[in-house]
Amino acid sequence: MKANCWYGKTQVRVEDVPDPQILNQGDAIVKISSTAICGSDLHLYNGLIPTMQRGDILGHEFMGEVVEVGREVRNLKVGDRVVVPFPIACGKCFFCKEQMFSLCENTNPNAWMAEKAFGHAGAGIFGYSHLTGGYAGGQAEYARVPFADVGPIKVPDHLTDEQVLFLSDIFPTGYMGAEMCDIKPGDTIAIWGCGPVGQFSIRSAFLLGAERVIAIDEVPERLKMAEDGGAETINYRNESVYERLMDMTGGRGPDACIDDVGMEAHAPAMIEVYDRVKQAMMMETDRPHALREAIMCCRNGGVISVIGVYGGFIDKFPIGSVMQRALTIKTGQAHVHRYMRPLLERIENGEIDPSFVVTHTMSLDDAPYAFDIFKNKDDKCIKVVLKPDWNGNGAAKDDSYTVVH
Amino acid sequence: MSTNQETGTFDSGESSSTQDRSSRSGGANYGNYSGEQARPGLQSASAKRLAKGLGWFSVGLGLTELLAPRAIASISGVSNKHTDLIRLYGLRELAAGIGIFAQKNPREAMWSRVAGDAVDLISLGVACTAPEAKRGRVTFATANVLAVTALDVICAMQLTDNNHGIHAKASCVVNRPLEEVYNFWRDFQNLPRFMRHLDSVTDIGEGRSRWKAKGPAGMDVEWEAMIVADVPGEVITWRSLENSEVDNAGAVRFEQAPGGRGTIVKVNFEYKPMAGVLGATVARLFGEEPNQQLDDDMRRFKQVLEVGEVVVSDATLLGTGYMSQRPGRPAAASELEGAEMLPSETATNYRSEERSSERGMI
Repeated sequence: MKANCWYGKTQVRVEDVPDPQILNQGDAIVKISSTAICGSDLHLYNGLIPTMQRGDILGHEFMGEVVEVGREVRNLKVGDRVVVPFPIACGKCFFCKEQMFSLCENTNPNAWMAEKAFGHAGAGIFGYSHLTGGYAGGQAEYARVPFADVGPIKVPDHLTDEQVLFLSDIFPTGYMGAEMCDIKPGDTIAIWGCGPVGQFSIRSAFLLGAERVIAIDEVPERLKMAEDGGAETINYRNESVYERLMDMTGGRGPDACIDDVGMEAHAPAMIEVYDRVKQAMMMETDRPHALREAIMCCRNGGVISVIGVYGGFIDKFPIGSVMQRALTIKTGQAHVHRYMRPLLERIENGEIDPSFVVTHTMSLDDAPYAFDIFKNKDDKCIKVVLKPDWNGNGAAKDDSYTVVH
Repeated sequence: MSTNQETGTFDSGESSSTQDRSSRSGGANYGNYSGEQARPGLQSASAKRLAKGLGWFSVGLGLTELLAPRAIASISGVSNKHTDLIRLYGLRELAAGIGIFAQKNPREAMWSRVAGDAVDLISLGVACTAPEAKRGRVTFATANVLAVTALDVICAMQLTDNNHGIHAKASCVVNRPLEEVYNFWRDFQNLPRFMRHLDSVTDIGEGRSRWKAKGPAGMDVEWEAMIVADVPGEVITWRSLENSEVDNAGAVRFEQAPGGRGTIVKVNFEYKPMAGVLGATVARLFGEEPNQQLDDDMRRFKQVLEVGEVVVSDATLLGTGYMSQRPGRPAAASELEGAEMLPSETATNYRSEERSSERGMI
């Protein structure tokens, strides 16, 4: 089969690899109809996540049709159309029973690597380095899906791939970012980052009852998409985020702040240079500008929700501000399984149509090009969907974001 | 009673008696499972005294070499063109001497002395061939170095081979009832399902079992073990019978986790590797660190009990060690030849039927 494989910093190649087979009896093999590139794939692409190996298949947002199931699979059968959540969860351990699926204890065979990096290991993740298990990813024609009874969710035929695909990651991730804010009626939520996850955080914050959402970014088309979702926007290149937020909230600050940026933040001027130098010298692995700013801006007693991905260590973390002002920090890889069903219901009810975020649809063969434009935000790229059997026409959407290749 | 249960140790002349061995010196006491490592007994005091003596010798010789290299060259009958080299050897001697006094167990420093002796002997051999060498003196010096080398080797071996093996420990919480977890382990024939290096364990009656394992470099090894103590629901300890190819002992303890959150399992394992300490060091270099091995075994133990089989990913088809990682992509059939049997090829999953009735709970 064809698969998009990692070969080093900013190097990916689509090449022929063996087809996956059933390895555990709870596995299913899924023939992939659509797969997406996630912002967190860019951390791998940029070589910032350790324990990658040349030839690893990338991709953790995918859906398709079940073509084979293991002996122990009961809930799925061949022919089912499913969306697959990016964390792999067993459904039996303490954390799965507590609905903390991204912390599953049984699905990371390389847990020792994660323990060395983080103290404890989380769940296995598709196509996301060896320290999250070393599972082949979903930017391919087929994928082996372990614990097929626990993860994949069946989706109705009347919804398009683009409407349900993002249940695999960015919609639940953006939603969990908003949910962690404990939104009460009347709340103002500030969101750093208007990438795909940020876009879903904006819409989820409104779904959860926020009065105002203020979104921060620098890319015009992303700010435009945020405004289309009902957010007020701040371009940090043009003005001081802190001053503008205080101005907008009467000096009190937003009730909660969401970091939808993570470890590769851009920032105005000197502070970004500082973090880039420290990152280049391996003195910090992550550039935490968005997180620092979110903390300083949040109102007293507010919530900092960190859903953007961090992988290592940061510097100049304003713990004094967190402690003195009674802030709560909540974080985590999304417990996708927890949100798939309720969010699918919201999609079916017409409360949200996740396909708005797609700007590019292309063949799986074009994955290297897609990574390049997504990384550089060229061609107004916000979200790319790759299709193994894409023929260059068809599912083009006629709205202002979509460019068809 | 359970807290004083003990596994066997590798002390010499041990009978198979099961009680009250803790009073013997050198016994690895597994009585305390609560976290601190059960450390083997003291090194023999005489080896340490010998090491100290050799340490002083190192310092003395080192200073002489450093300050009076010509005298050393003349005594040992080598050309005095090499005074810089002799000074360098003096520094080495000093470092070894300081190492011996700085370390609590000067094992490494002593082995470094042995390595230094080898360098000296080679140098003397080379010097002997030089035209200006005084053969008689060189031979005398060589004999002296050989004598010291013998002392160094004896001392280093005594410090190293202290009759205790490699110790490893690990623990995990299994989300299953205590009785079930205990029973699964108590049936030793289950151990190969999660202990990667075991091929089979066969019950041969009267608390005895025959173990087959993959040894280093693909060699197969076999031994018989007996249960030393068995308190249902609390602790099981076992050890290999005398004259086993692989001398080993283990203890596993079971505790109810607080709040009904399953069972805490703590394992201690001690074995004397066949190739001795050197073999263990080489194994460590290749990622077979005993604690990690046991950790991974315990993770698989938990997987078998909770989800019915050992969970594999593409990268870990050949093992979870650093060196055995393969790319995260499906393997070709040829790549899997000679690999361990995949879970999908094993007979049945643990508790397959019961677990299918539990489905749909989440």
